[in-house]
Amino acid sequence: MFTRIIATFCILIALAVSQAWGAEVRTFLPQWLPQAQFAGYYMASEKGLYKKAGLDLTIGRGGPEFPPAELLARNKVSFATLFLSEAIQLRDQGIRLVNIGQIVQRSGFILVTKKSSGILSPTDLNGKKVSLWPNFSLQPQAFFRKYRVKAKTVPQGATMNLFLKDGVAAASAMWYNEYHTLINSGLNEDELIPFFFDRHGLNFPEDGIYCLEKTLRQDPEPCRRFVRASIEGWRYAFANREETLDVVMRNIRKANVGTNRIHQKWMLEKMEELILPQGSRTVLGELRQEDYLRVAGEMKLGGLIKEIPPYGEFYVDTATVR
Amino acid sequence: MSTPPPSARRRGLAFKLSLMILTGTAVIFTAAFGYNYIYSRNQILRDVETNARNLTLTAVGRIETVLQGVQKAPSSLAHTLSRETFDRPTLLKRLGALFDNNPEIFGSAVAFEPYAFDPRSREFAPYCFRDGAELKLTYLGGKTYQYFSWDWYQIPKELERAVWSEPYFDEGAGNIMMSTYSIPFFRKSGEDRVLTGIVTADISLDWLVDIVSRISPSESGFSFLISQSGVFVTHPDRELIMRESLFSVAEAADDKELRAVGRAMIDGKQGFVALKNHFAGQKAWLYYAPIPAVGWSIGVVFPEEALFAGLRGLNRMVLIIGTAGFGILFLIIVLASGTITRPLRTLTKEAAEIARGNLDVEMAEVKSNDEVGELSRSFDNMKVALKEYIAHLAETTAAKERYESELKIARTIQMSFLPKIFPPFPANVEFDIYATLVPAKEVGGDLYDFFLLDEEHLFFSIGDVSGKGVPAALFMAAAKTLMKGTAGRGISPSEVLSRVNRELCLENDSLMFVTVFCGVLNFRTGEVFYSNAGHNPPLVLRPGQPPEWLPLPDGFFLGTMEDAVYETRRTVLAPGDRLLIYTDGVTEAMNDQKAFYQEERLIRVAKEHGQNSPEELVREILGSVRAFAGSEPQSDDITLLALLFRGGQSNPG
Repeated sequence: MFTRIIATFCILIALAVSQAWGAEVRTFLPQWLPQAQFAGYYMASEKGLYKKAGLDLTIGRGGPEFPPAELLARNKVSFATLFLSEAIQLRDQGIRLVNIGQIVQRSGFILVTKKSSGILSPTDLNGKKVSLWPNFSLQPQAFFRKYRVKAKTVPQGATMNLFLKDGVAAASAMWYNEYHTLINSGLNEDELIPFFFDRHGLNFPEDGIYCLEKTLRQDPEPCRRFVRASIEGWRYAFANREETLDVVMRNIRKANVGTNRIHQKWMLEKMEELILPQGSRTVLGELRQEDYLRVAGEMKLGGLIKEIPPYGEFYVDTATVR
Repeated sequence: MSTPPPSARRRGLAFKLSLMILTGTAVIFTAAFGYNYIYSRNQILRDVETNARNLTLTAVGRIETVLQGVQKAPSSLAHTLSRETFDRPTLLKRLGALFDNNPEIFGSAVAFEPYAFDPRSREFAPYCFRDGAELKLTYLGGKTYQYFSWDWYQIPKELERAVWSEPYFDEGAGNIMMSTYSIPFFRKSGEDRVLTGIVTADISLDWLVDIVSRISPSESGFSFLISQSGVFVTHPDRELIMRESLFSVAEAADDKELRAVGRAMIDGKQGFVALKNHFAGQKAWLYYAPIPAVGWSIGVVFPEEALFAGLRGLNRMVLIIGTAGFGILFLIIVLASGTITRPLRTLTKEAAEIARGNLDVEMAEVKSNDEVGELSRSFDNMKVALKEYIAHLAETTAAKERYESELKIARTIQMSFLPKIFPPFPANVEFDIYATLVPAKEVGGDLYDFFLLDEEHLFFSIGDVSGKGVPAALFMAAAKTLMKGTAGRGISPSEVLSRVNRELCLENDSLMFVTVFCGVLNFRTGEVFYSNAGHNPPLVLRPGQPPEWLPLPDGFFLGTMEDAVYETRRTVLAPGDRLLIYTDGVTEAMNDQKAFYQEERLIRVAKEHGQNSPEELVREILGSVRAFAGSEPQSDDITLLALLFRGGQSNPG
């Protein structure tokens, strides 16, 4: 427990040192530990797509100790991925960051219950204990509002153990990650009920690429090239799954993360469904105004932001124009 | 040109014998082998399971003892904290005291609910940990460590009971595997019991890993430990530890059974199951049992190859012995069937020679006393007996043929006595006579005769000698000759019978006799004088009248009573009248139902054909008798004599 705190400091110092070396070196920080959620960036790096784009890019190790929003705000990293809602909130708080490419179009965020708990529909959650990630309660709260559900929420930690031990009736989960963790903990899919927020009119696009407005204004070209190379990396990842998994697993081992290949395989498959949803006309990298307004609107309603930042200021299309 | 295989016959018997015995033996061997294999295999599995259970449960017992020991100190502290409120120094002292006598405890914390220890402070969680020989103190919390949402805090809080955390690697403590025991404590607030905080104790799991890894009883086997969520805590493949779970391994190999085993394991069940190749690199067996205190499960893997190595070696040996045994058995059968079939083949050849008629064939000497030897000797005896029999048969046949030829001659001679030219007297139109004698197979004793005594008298007779064979034929010949010699003009039929009787009675030691009917027809007048010696009555057929029996005088048959008396009677035939005389060979002819032809049938046929010529009448009756008898062989001579009186028109006087 205690040791993690020390480790955090060490890495923050390391990042600061690398940043000081020069403007040519740019750092990208994924918002979480190495996993297939960021396969596209790893592949872009692995296949030299960033280099080809004239970027000397380092991919930092993400994780709970390295909050991307904070590091981005302090200009410790050039680019970072953030959930759309998180970014809107930061923008509202005065951190002038911009979305330069929306990668995950469909929400992978779900609430999951055990069929044995008898919760089969959203209204069954009424009065039940639900664990929510402290920074990701917006979507579930909107969901509760929509179905007039009053749930007892408890903060959700880093594992699914509380849910597995029946400490809560429902838990937050990413479809591509924790949902499979449950399956890999012995629960069968037919014993689980997932509530997909996007199927309840609450599709919040998730991972997007962000940088500071200042960074973009000073030198927009590297930003554009970074987004394009990343998108190319994603396309390569989906086309070459096994190779991608090899690279992902290598990054995971380097970071000594306790996960396994089959889990990452699941994650990569689900990421494709979220990044390139079937039947969607959205261009990869584009943040559609309606999606933006839906998320921002819910946030304002939930009191998370005071004003909706103007769409044109928040999102700069670097991927699809020019 | 094809020639049959030279040993075709021998192969037949030897082959069948070998096939039957070897098949039978193979079935028995396979059954015994199969049963032995299955039984031994199950026995080994049972032994292994028992052994694994004992080892595992012993290990579980040791683990539980340690875990329960670790639980005591924090439980006691939690108990105290639920009743007493300490100030900070006392609390820290108590926390430090927890490490005394508990070398397993690496670190311990008392973490309070927000504002529960100090109303001004949201977080309060002193944490003591060992650093070498020293104890160090730090406080958990702060911006980067919100302990309220960590498993070690949140799970006991929400479940309101003590729990062991899932194992984790602690990098700060030297990257060792650890687990935290957390126990909540509550305080009374009015009526309610309010959660106040959690007491924890971190322990290294090195000793547990060591205990688990020592369970494996064989070199190629191994043991592993999985946490409550199926994650490998220990495994010989370090890559799996804390990364893979039994379920991820099952999913990667698409092994649904393994997933089911994993579910049973985290469910706290015990079992012994077969595993597919992917898990241990070969087929293997898994024994699993839970560690109830922590909800983890120990698995002990036994590769099948090692498990059944001894059994397979034994089986190989049994198979080699079995195969060799088969070979030896085959040779023995071939040799045995050879010794059995060799004399049989010789015998067969000899039998074939005998069948061809060569009874002088030399029999090979058989020394053995078994069935084949007996058969050979019996066959030799049979050959000798056959030879004697055939010699005897040849003699007998010659004698019989001679006898039969003599009988035939006798028959021919007998038949030659009888007048056989018809019409016998073509010049005498006043009457017509026809007679026939159908001999039975054996020489019989019927007779008939007729001859003219003068220009107007015809003598006619019919007789039947008792018995059959040559004596009867000779007696008949004697009777006929005597009658012919005796009959003459002016001698009445009764006189003829009397004289013949006397002659026949002389020297008739064999007491043979003959029935005779005889008569003399005056074919000018139609007057008939007749006499009878025990013969059946003739029929008189008159035109327009039903047939009637000729009334007969009494008279004893000839040849037995010397002084027998015979009577002559007279009747007159009108022109067109007929006399039908016959022997009992007609009326006593039998059909296949053993029924007699009988007089009634004779009368009917005689009436129907009564106006035909004597010859036709005789033939019709004969035909009727034959039709009646059908296929039944004729047992007695059949003799018929028909006499038609036409009238004396040609009489010049």
